[in-house]
Amino acid sequence: MAATAHPAHSMTVRGLKPFYAKRQAVQAVDLDVRAHEILALIGPSGCGKSTVLRCLNRMHETIPYAHAEGSVKLDDLDIYQAGIDATLVRRKIGMVFQMPIALRTRSIYENIAVGLRLGGMNDRLELDRRVEQALRSANLWDEVKDKLQLSGLALSGGQQQRLSIARTIAIEPAVILFDEPCSALDPISTLKIEELLLQLRERYTLVIVTHNMQQAARISDRTAVFMVERGQEQPVGLLVEEGSTEQIFSKPRDRRTEEYISGKVG
Amino acid sequence: MNIQTNMQNYAGRSLVDRAMRGLTVVATALAIIPLFLIIGYVLIVGGAALNLDFFTQTYQPPVAVGSEAIDPATGLPIDSTLSGSGAIDPATGLPIDPSTAGSSEEQPDLSQVEARGGVLHGIVGTLMITIAALLISLPIGIMAGIFLAEYPDTPFNTFIRFCCDVLSGAPSIVIGVVGFTLLVQTTRTYSGVAGAIALTFLMVPTIARTTEEILKLVPNATREAAMAMGAPMWYATLTVVVPTALSGIVTGALLAFARGAGETAPLLLTIQGNSNLSFSLFEPLAALPLLTYKYIESPFPAENQLAWGTAFVLMMLVLGVNLLVRITTARIKKG
Amino acid sequence: MANIQATSPKPTGWAHRLQHGDLFFWLLTLFFALVIIGLVVAVGVVTYNGSAEARAEYGTSFLTQSDWNPIETDLYQPSYGAWPAIRGTLLSSLIALLLAAPTGIAIGIFLSELCPLRLRALLGFTVELLAAIPSVIYGLWGVAVFSPWFTNAIANPLATSIGQFIPWLAGPIAVSRGLAVTGVILAIMILPTIAAITRDVLQAVPNHQRDVMLALGSTRWEVIWLSVLPYSRAGIIGGVMLGLGRALGETMAATMLIGNSTRIEESIFYPATTAAALVASELPNSNSTMHESALIYLALVLFGITLILNLAARYLVWQTSRGPAGARA
Repeated sequence: MAATAHPAHSMTVRGLKPFYAKRQAVQAVDLDVRAHEILALIGPSGCGKSTVLRCLNRMHETIPYAHAEGSVKLDDLDIYQAGIDATLVRRKIGMVFQMPIALRTRSIYENIAVGLRLGGMNDRLELDRRVEQALRSANLWDEVKDKLQLSGLALSGGQQQRLSIARTIAIEPAVILFDEPCSALDPISTLKIEELLLQLRERYTLVIVTHNMQQAARISDRTAVFMVERGQEQPVGLLVEEGSTEQIFSKPRDRRTEEYISGKVG
Repeated sequence: MNIQTNMQNYAGRSLVDRAMRGLTVVATALAIIPLFLIIGYVLIVGGAALNLDFFTQTYQPPVAVGSEAIDPATGLPIDSTLSGSGAIDPATGLPIDPSTAGSSEEQPDLSQVEARGGVLHGIVGTLMITIAALLISLPIGIMAGIFLAEYPDTPFNTFIRFCCDVLSGAPSIVIGVVGFTLLVQTTRTYSGVAGAIALTFLMVPTIARTTEEILKLVPNATREAAMAMGAPMWYATLTVVVPTALSGIVTGALLAFARGAGETAPLLLTIQGNSNLSFSLFEPLAALPLLTYKYIESPFPAENQLAWGTAFVLMMLVLGVNLLVRITTARIKKG
Repeated sequence: MANIQATSPKPTGWAHRLQHGDLFFWLLTLFFALVIIGLVVAVGVVTYNGSAEARAEYGTSFLTQSDWNPIETDLYQPSYGAWPAIRGTLLSSLIALLLAAPTGIAIGIFLSELCPLRLRALLGFTVELLAAIPSVIYGLWGVAVFSPWFTNAIANPLATSIGQFIPWLAGPIAVSRGLAVTGVILAIMILPTIAAITRDVLQAVPNHQRDVMLALGSTRWEVIWLSVLPYSRAGIIGGVMLGLGRALGETMAATMLIGNSTRIEESIFYPATTAAALVASELPNSNSTMHESALIYLALVLFGITLILNLAARYLVWQTSRGPAGARA
């Protein structure tokens, strides 16, 4: 692995507790995200996997009354420590959402350039170069190079999702988080995105939430399994098992994982 | 890992962020200040003008301080300083403006005049006109609302909605002109009925649109359940759907009532005003907003005080209805 | 019997309406819906017919002639030129719009995007109360409290300083009623309209448009400025236009504050008149049928302007709250 060309960034999660108002949504999570791997978070709906993901770049706290406790380290920097600006954290840890989202009022070109402009880049040639680079990296350039000034809404769902990915990688984050990126897409678009994720692994560290176990098995290096505990007053999510994807799917240590994998729950 | 490196411009952006967010707070405060000032003035100045007479008596011409004597024939105070310029126009019952009344002799000290009487005629007039308007508007508004909500949505429905928007956006003076030309001129008299019909133009769209919106919230299962019992659609609508939505329809009616009660311009051209208590909708009537206007235009400071008192009663009525609606709907929403 | 009806197939369409009086009920509701159209038609027809005499005499030059003189004297024939009223209407509304549009949009942004949830309902309610206060009370407060303060604290200092060089801010200010103070009160009156509509169209912006910007490392303001406001631009313009419509047609506050003078003065601190104020103050005691017809003509013009404004504004608001064509969820 060419560490100089593509610096390796890892994340370390310790005792992470996401809250919605006073309700704790997930029991304390310990999780390691290793450099240049795809970590999949899987589990039945309501288990808090998306909530945990949104805690990893401090998007969780943009929901009213939501906050998180614990520590999340990007390399050796705790992004939850006092004095760290969430806005800057999100420049380093990007996020792609479930819905393919084109910024409605912007052209395809501006959808990519907006993030670069935020960073203070105004030079037209440099912007052109970086936009093209991002679109190429997202396997979208050939499809849109002749219509960069058209609205992003003119693209298909799968193309819009790759546009979202291009927008995120344009600002060159260290880690990219994916929140069920294929759940709104058709099978062919899904395959293209999966292919792209495997390519991106060469350069970035990726975390993906998916409800599709086959997808996790196909593309992830390691998998973390979340469950819902319903015994209490309100359901609470918890992390039951984390390990290499191969181990999780072939010989799970936890009985609940086994039941989930074999389709008995969820 | 240093996240600060590529964000040299961040200090400036952060400053803009804070400044602009601060400006929106300032703007909100700016809007609330006049609200509190207006409500405060009406409550304090208006409250001070209130007494029992205010609610039990009708208009009485002002008298000079210390002089209780009034000419019983003309209703004019028999006080030499007031004769002429402080005179009351017998036709309208309003004081003649000294600048137009032609008395150029000695300017009387208007502040030495004491206002008496009350606004009972205005309260009665406002209630009569607004309730009459509501009685005309309710069937039109509710039935039109049913038409918009319960039957298939066609371009025709869109056109009716547009007509509602046109009516509620029309300047109230235009509605006044319509009432004046259509009713006052043809019947050759100002009347409460003319005022009520003018207000109908403004109340119908509110009721129709609220009814439509509230009926659309009634779940389809409710309709289907009633029709599955074999009830015809009209029967299901009137006995099941409308009662389900009743509280919302009442809300719409109350808001329309509050809007109608506060309107001045249409009444100016249709009911003219009346200094005496009248219970006939076919005569000129008084109304609270009209009295507020007439008292503030009066040259007597004492009558200007009455304007605040009248505004107090009017505001209690309008804001009271609004508060009532908010509180009950909030309670209904909570379940 | 009930069982048989419940299991029999439900008739649909026109056939169904014919049953059990459904056709009658449909016609009844249709009739009342037509009444609403009738009301609009009535407004148009009455003002159109009522203004026939003035329209025949003046045509469209009515709008541009600046001589409004309803009183017949030995020297002058009465003349009816609406320009003083049109000009006063436009200027007072322009002042109102310049003050209320930025403020109202800022309030809408605060209510929708920045305000803590706890405060949102309370503040929203406060703004709606502001809209519920009858206009005559705004007029009363304007005449008795605000205009004396405005004259002393703002108009006079301006007129005696920069007003000496800028004619439209010139003094001396004899009475406290005039264009400027009317504009300010109108601004307060239309503020809730603009704020409430801005809030509503901003709340209709899907959250994902905000999330994308946040995830790119935007500040809260950049999210609003670069994503939320562009998305809802049409709706906000619509809200401002509805506010403008309200200012143009506002009658009582204008009548009470503007001073009702049909002379054209350059300074905005001098009395003027608006179309609505002129109709309100002169129609109840008009001098002649031509006078009356001219006033109704003015009402027709006012109705026409607000009709067009409303049409455009509702279209813009509707277009925004409906969401973009072809956009996904």
